[in-house]
Amino acid sequence: MNIVVLVKQVPDTYSERKLSSGDHTLDRDATDAVLDEIDERAVESALQLKEANDGSEVTVVAMGPDRATDAIRKALSMGADKAVHLSDEAIHGTDAIGTAKALVKVLGTLEGTDLVLAGNEASDGRTGAVPAMVAELLGLPSLTHARELTVDGGTVTVRRETDDGVTVLTAELPAVVSVNEKINEPRYPSFKGIMAAKKKPVTTLTLADAGIEPSDVGLSAAWSTVTESNPKPPKSGGEKVEDEGDGGSKIAAFLVGQKLI
Amino acid sequence: MHERNLILSRRDLEFLLHDWLRVEELTALPRFAEHSRETFDAVLELAADLATERFAPHNKRNDAEEPRFEEGRVVLHDEVAPALRAAAEAGLLSATMDESAGGLQLPHVVGTAVQAWFHAANVGTWAYAMLTVANANLLLAHAAPELVERYVPDMLAGRVHGTMCLSEPQAGSSLADITTRAEPRSDGTHVLTGTKMWISGGDHELGENIVHLVLAKVPGGPPGVKGISLFLVPKVLPDGTRNPVVLTGINHKMGWRGTVNTVLSFEGATGWLVGAEGRGLAAMFHMMNEARVGVGAGAAALAYTGYLKSLDYAKSRPQGRPAGAKNPSTPMVPIIEHADVRRMLLAQKAYAEGALALVLYCGMLVDTGERELLEVLTPIAKSWPSQWGLEANALAIQVHGGYGYTREYDVEQHYRDNRLNPIHEGTHGIQGADLLGRKVRTPGFEQLCARIADTAARAGSKELQQALDRLVEVTEILHAHPDAEERLANASVYLEAAGHIVVAWLWVDQALATGDRQDALARGKRAAAQYFLRFELPKVGPQLELLATLDRTTLDTEPTWL
Repeated sequence: MNIVVLVKQVPDTYSERKLSSGDHTLDRDATDAVLDEIDERAVESALQLKEANDGSEVTVVAMGPDRATDAIRKALSMGADKAVHLSDEAIHGTDAIGTAKALVKVLGTLEGTDLVLAGNEASDGRTGAVPAMVAELLGLPSLTHARELTVDGGTVTVRRETDDGVTVLTAELPAVVSVNEKINEPRYPSFKGIMAAKKKPVTTLTLADAGIEPSDVGLSAAWSTVTESNPKPPKSGGEKVEDEGDGGSKIAAFLVGQKLI
Repeated sequence: MHERNLILSRRDLEFLLHDWLRVEELTALPRFAEHSRETFDAVLELAADLATERFAPHNKRNDAEEPRFEEGRVVLHDEVAPALRAAAEAGLLSATMDESAGGLQLPHVVGTAVQAWFHAANVGTWAYAMLTVANANLLLAHAAPELVERYVPDMLAGRVHGTMCLSEPQAGSSLADITTRAEPRSDGTHVLTGTKMWISGGDHELGENIVHLVLAKVPGGPPGVKGISLFLVPKVLPDGTRNPVVLTGINHKMGWRGTVNTVLSFEGATGWLVGAEGRGLAAMFHMMNEARVGVGAGAAALAYTGYLKSLDYAKSRPQGRPAGAKNPSTPMVPIIEHADVRRMLLAQKAYAEGALALVLYCGMLVDTGERELLEVLTPIAKSWPSQWGLEANALAIQVHGGYGYTREYDVEQHYRDNRLNPIHEGTHGIQGADLLGRKVRTPGFEQLCARIADTAARAGSKELQQALDRLVEVTEILHAHPDAEERLANASVYLEAAGHIVVAWLWVDQALATGDRQDALARGKRAAAQYFLRFELPKVGPQLELLATLDRTTLDTEPTWL
């Protein structure tokens, strides 16, 4: 089975995330960058399927600046076999639709893909739309929010869990599956895996290499525009209420004033 | 930028390893040719993740739920084994070892940084891994191939653990006086009888077996240390039966409570000789040097995490107003705004980062093969972080005020854990005698002085050069003195003075490595270097004057007067 995992390098959720003042895109230099945790789970799912199906291969696909190679290496050191990295300055500022279009082109450079896996929502953009968009553009079944995933012969089954409840979905391969944060606990890379990752092939593609139209990607092609952004205000000193026997009423009045109750 | 946790600073490690020590240059050496900055960084990230997610969460539990002695066996709580298993599965235990032993030939300097994450996160659990690695290293260096094959792969995979059995109730620092006997059998094995004291990890059920490395005397051998041999004594014999190694008690300690410390009785236990007969102490000491730098690394790591926690507290705890503020209705300021709190934080930074720099530098010397310089630095790398790392932890408590004295906060545990480090693997007194009695007479001392002088010249640091000149003068005075007792009476003072000069050198060197950078890390390094030169290095002057006079106060004080 040929499994492709879509991964993204995101700012570490522990670091202070900022938008750059110029174009309101993510200020990548201001933060530590890591492989998104949800994508680690997608990689783990792929590795578990590989271990259960002899002869399988796991390919990691990432789109992002040069330093996204760190996230790719992490996935390779966990055990993925090879990677494709779309890296081109022109992709800066691409929105979800542009990302899906570009990823579909990159997937087109890979032959015989049976299953595309992804995290269901990146921890930075949080649109949660790319896996379904990729499936739509490829004309493949889309199985999202998977909490459990099994492949039996040419059929994929997922237990889909959302706020609305649990649904069991089945589709014929090839298909696109996005996983949620409950699907597994991702493994740690091993030292041997880290050394082996150095030697695994990583193909770097430009827009032209992947046959992507420059007009489909980048900030100018984005359907939405951020016109203004401000850092969240610092914590204020708060308001002191003197309790003269009516403390409870004063607190209630405060909460009403803040439209909290 | 924010650090992900308060265990260690990833940014400082990056500075120390890459900007200061330039560890990537090691990849030019054939041993490290397969490595690159990429692999070093990935390994450190893995260590940070494991330490944060698997070790740190049960550090306080280790302290609160000591190992129990139940029906002749040791019971540990249930988070210790999975953490150790995760570390072993990641290949952590064999990382710096030869490829032929299943290792990855990671440079020792990077390995020291990896270990620092675990020391700082949870030394009580990590100690089991440290003991096993030290034991395996000793077997790889000295044991017969069949013993290595029988035990080492399982040890490195985390299935078998190790101990070091040196001390006895009547013989600790003075190992020549041990009485454990090893009687030879006709089949080449020995029968061991005796009692061993302070045996960390002496019994538990973390794995399938425990390999004890035991110092014992073969009857009829020469007296003193030349009669001491080293034996491998497994808890479970190769045929699956239990070797008579009996757990007779557990020692209850001030710190490191997660690491069970035992009294073991060898009651006719079967052992295999490791190395040549009569060479036991030499084999043990081959590893002891690395163990001593390892103790320093542990002390540095505990100092570091205490520093980060008190720094975090000082930034968030509002208390008092600036010295000039008269109006009590103005808001209180975080305590870091007070100069005296900043003094305590700067002192901790100077001790913790200075100590970490020292042990990483020693790791680098292992990798570059500069053994002579490493030999002279070893007693300092063991003692200086142990002494001043503990002081850093005392200051971390002080910054927390009353809260720091409660078990609700972490820093009092770090202090208690760190209090072991000036004691084990050779006390301060032993290290002082080693430095002044042996090491400063070796070529390594001249190499050390040349390095310090080079840094002082490049930085134009007169205070460092003057301190070095006085150290050399006083060393010559002491060497020329014929009475050994007088020469060595104040060896601990010598150790402390030499240690401060060495760390001052490393601070000046770190400051040089910041160049003209103006970011917070670089400015912090230069501030800590300045703190060390202004507040700490001057302490050395009176110590060296005392030594130069061959002061007899301690010698002349009769035991009955005390």
